[in-house]
Amino acid sequence: MRYLPLTSEDRSDMLARIGASGVDAFFSDIPAEKRLAQTLDLPLRKSEMEVSRLLSGLGAKNTAAGSVPFFVGAGAYKHHIPASVDHLIQRSEFLTSYTPYQPEIAQGTLQYIFEFQTQVAALTGMDVANASMYDGSTATVEAVLMAHRITGKRKAVLSGGLHPHYAETVRTFSHMTGDASTALPPDVFATENMGAMIDADTSCVVVQTPDVFGNLRDLSPLAEICKAKGALLIAVFTEAVSLGLVTPPGAMGADIVAGEGQSIGNSLNFGGPYVGLFAAKARYLRQIPGRLCGETLDAEGRRGFVLTLSTREQHIKRDKATSNICTNSGLCCLAFTIHMTLLGEAGLRRLARINHANAVDLADRLGAVSGVEVLNKTFFNEFTIRVPCDGAELIERLAEKGVLGGVPVSRLLPGRGLDDLILVASSEVNTPDDRAAYAQALRGAL
Amino acid sequence: MLNRQIRATTAGDSARLEVETFTSNRGLALEEGLIFEIGRAEVTGVDLDEPAPFEPRLGGLERKDPIGLPGLSEPETLRHYVRLSQKNYSIDSGLYPLGSCTMKHNPRLNEAVARLPGFADIHPLQPQSTVPGALELIEDLAHWLMTLTGMDAVAMTPKAGAHGEVCGMMAIKAAIEAKGEGETRRIVLAPDSAHGTNPATAARLGFEVRSIPARADGTVDAAEVERLLGPDVAAIMLTNPNTCGLFEKEIVEIAAATRNAGAYFYCDGANFNAIMGKTRPGDLGVDAMHLNLHKTFSTPHGGGGPGAGPVVLSGRLAPFAPAPFLRRDENGLRLVERLDEAPYSLGRLAAFHGQMGMFVRAYAYMLSHGADGLRQAAEDAVLSANYIRASLNDLMSQPFGDRPCMHEVLFDDAWLKPTGLTTLDFAKAMIDEGYHPMTIYFPLVAHGAMLIEPTESESKASLDLFIATMRDLAMAARRGETERFLGAPVYAPRRRLDETRAARNPVLKWTRPPPQPV
Amino acid sequence: MPKILYSKDHEYIRVDGDTGIVGITDYAQSQLGDVVFVELPLIGKNVDKGAEAAVVESVKAASGVNAPVSGEVIEINRALEETPAVVNEDPAGKGWFMKLKLSNPSELDALMDEAAYGAYVQTLG
Repeated sequence: MRYLPLTSEDRSDMLARIGASGVDAFFSDIPAEKRLAQTLDLPLRKSEMEVSRLLSGLGAKNTAAGSVPFFVGAGAYKHHIPASVDHLIQRSEFLTSYTPYQPEIAQGTLQYIFEFQTQVAALTGMDVANASMYDGSTATVEAVLMAHRITGKRKAVLSGGLHPHYAETVRTFSHMTGDASTALPPDVFATENMGAMIDADTSCVVVQTPDVFGNLRDLSPLAEICKAKGALLIAVFTEAVSLGLVTPPGAMGADIVAGEGQSIGNSLNFGGPYVGLFAAKARYLRQIPGRLCGETLDAEGRRGFVLTLSTREQHIKRDKATSNICTNSGLCCLAFTIHMTLLGEAGLRRLARINHANAVDLADRLGAVSGVEVLNKTFFNEFTIRVPCDGAELIERLAEKGVLGGVPVSRLLPGRGLDDLILVASSEVNTPDDRAAYAQALRGAL
Repeated sequence: MLNRQIRATTAGDSARLEVETFTSNRGLALEEGLIFEIGRAEVTGVDLDEPAPFEPRLGGLERKDPIGLPGLSEPETLRHYVRLSQKNYSIDSGLYPLGSCTMKHNPRLNEAVARLPGFADIHPLQPQSTVPGALELIEDLAHWLMTLTGMDAVAMTPKAGAHGEVCGMMAIKAAIEAKGEGETRRIVLAPDSAHGTNPATAARLGFEVRSIPARADGTVDAAEVERLLGPDVAAIMLTNPNTCGLFEKEIVEIAAATRNAGAYFYCDGANFNAIMGKTRPGDLGVDAMHLNLHKTFSTPHGGGGPGAGPVVLSGRLAPFAPAPFLRRDENGLRLVERLDEAPYSLGRLAAFHGQMGMFVRAYAYMLSHGADGLRQAAEDAVLSANYIRASLNDLMSQPFGDRPCMHEVLFDDAWLKPTGLTTLDFAKAMIDEGYHPMTIYFPLVAHGAMLIEPTESESKASLDLFIATMRDLAMAARRGETERFLGAPVYAPRRRLDETRAARNPVLKWTRPPPQPV
Repeated sequence: MPKILYSKDHEYIRVDGDTGIVGITDYAQSQLGDVVFVELPLIGKNVDKGAEAAVVESVKAASGVNAPVSGEVIEINRALEETPAVVNEDPAGKGWFMKLKLSNPSELDALMDEAAYGAYVQTLG
């Protein structure tokens, strides 16, 4: 087997050195009747060529985003990733290293985490960011739990513009931890009054902008109300590129920010791995979950980096830890920070403007199709359309015509009377031809 | 003629000179500034054209103030991150004996297939009709995981081991609530040797954690578990093989007692690498167990993630699995995403359906090994750990006596005591020898623990050199050559770092230094 | 003359009438290593004997500081929030944690005096 360096002779020599009759001697603590006498009923070993052929076959059955006019978003976005990003994250020293618990030989990982934390803090307009979480939805759960710890209250109010999967994830955790969560009804036009929902038991309100329907929300008035009523404002985003163009949550008074960073540096990957971004005001530092990297000096007085404030974490505090999480999203965090470094401020702003321009153009084109209505007054690169038929069936018909036209709202919010709505996203990867093809396919499918 | 300038071709007297360099670089050991020090806001490494003028729809929410993000051109970017990478240890550069972490070889075939557009470039919410190959792959991988573990179902969503623990313990909580025992069964038993995630997971789900003391031989006593079990116990969380590198030999009795008491058995599968193809947790009576695809099934650790932690479930927990999940029926294979189709489901654990990128890698690993290769891998991992044990046991002490171990061998610091050196000192000296240290100070049940896991990926020559190095260090320690340890590491990119300083005055991001007076 | 008493969890209390100043012993600070963070209770909080009243953290460990006797927190040493190192440098003096108003002074009888505590520490090796 190509991955196993020991030869039969090696194995015999090693057994002799140990003084064991055979390898089964080491497994003698397994109750005899529970030991597997023979090989399990699964295929036997395959060459690299065979495995490659088999998996290529499976992959070829799927329609890749890059092979068609593609407008699917709703929490994950197709963007162009510079070739150097993927090259760099495959460097052995990044790819095959462990968590930087021995900082003297992990300065590479630690320094990029420090840079990442600084980038995320700047991007969100917050004081401090952690070394990343699993994804945006789990980061949102962590934000809610953190708000409960800070306020000593246990109820979260979830906006009707929060991604329904995020809301479901929070509800699952709330139910399991015995906390309360109130999810407001779907808020297609961003008209809900969240401030009125805050009562004495409310620890936090969770609001997304751009929201799941694409609307941009000014959180400043809500932040004022939260402050007055003693609740924390948790701002969520699923499209990190938007922060290159729209007011960041920190500038609107958010206490904690949780977001999805996939769209910078990371592929769609059918839902994972992604990278959760997490930032907060400095005064909540001790309650932040996950890893934090900090600057220090080594024995010769040279600058270096270490994981710090780790007494918050599970391996020290065990059942009193701020979170049970013991990983960040290392390589995805690296991909994010490399792509962000390549973009820089000028590149990010321009990328965001292109996204917005393409979405505006698409909205105008689709809105011109008879029977189709664009519902948003404001949006970044995603918006909601109303169609004169069932949205899910329409999306299937478009797929047959070779256009992946978006996400039917009924897939995220079944049984809510929103079956004629579709979420449509457009990024820099869409060409004018793609957008024209969509409008034409839509005309044909209606 | 060729050596006209009489350049010296031997090293001569130049060796052993300490030179202060202008750049602070030391030859190939290159110093590298932060992107905030070397980049500029107006520089970009991505060519993008400004869009044609258009009417924005931002409703007055444009971002106006500078963001504070430096940019680098592509060559500068490459150089920055390549230099950073060179400050890291990695499996590809050397043996990485971190106990409980299973730092095995990461095959590059896995990386290649995970990047096929049919896997990397598909969206979790594009029509299911356009991703049949992805669903098939998840189904195939699930089949392998269930067969290897002898379990009835598998929840694929969890994004890491700790997330898998949350998933399994939630399924247990849901099952208990379904039986109307949610109010009474509030205690979770876990041994002292458990990973910190176990008690942290149980506590965050509202359980009270009660510890099971370790027996003198490092394993859990079934009679003790039986004594602690009662109508108030929800579950027991046990790692097997345990974190001392030992197989819990009374596991069948423990599982039976747990089941008889109406509780559930959560097994931490972090150490599944030792028993893959040798025994099946399902046959041992386990109800739920997470598998770390990034340990046992070779997906890269990536400097701390991303992981993947699918959870296999027994029949009595299967109905409570999280959504979405795969279902094959008369209409073929599809993902069930709606909670109303799964009335007992514990709910949703994350936005989408799991770490697909990791699934492809793990599946490539399994297909490459086959059932026969996986069993061989487990045997080689265990053989290598025992080889190290048998080669060091005369110099280093073991907390539970010298007996065969599974895939990792545990030493303590009793043998170091007379030298005045600590486990940390010993570990740092290993760095100078070109090795990543083993896991230290874990598990907590051993004083000054040193947990060594070589994995199946090392050749005999590599193991022999590691053993010889460890012996040399151990003898140096015993001889009192403390200077080799106390100052270590000397040859790493950094000497020991001041963690106290970092924690007392946290600097967690770069800030522009105040202008210097001219 | 205030008297100093000790708990088995390595807290001391310097009793003065019906109040007492609580801190951790020199032995405790030496076992913890460099203290990097201290979390103090709110003034006015009532703490029970043996319950966690404050938290002290070093780089690698976090431990609770338990109230050696029951009482109300009437003063806290805010200086520790800025300069936790004082706990290492002067645990018995400037490194104090909180001042309690004792609610049940008879609980003091269960604590050790300096000699008994010294002997107790010896047994810990």
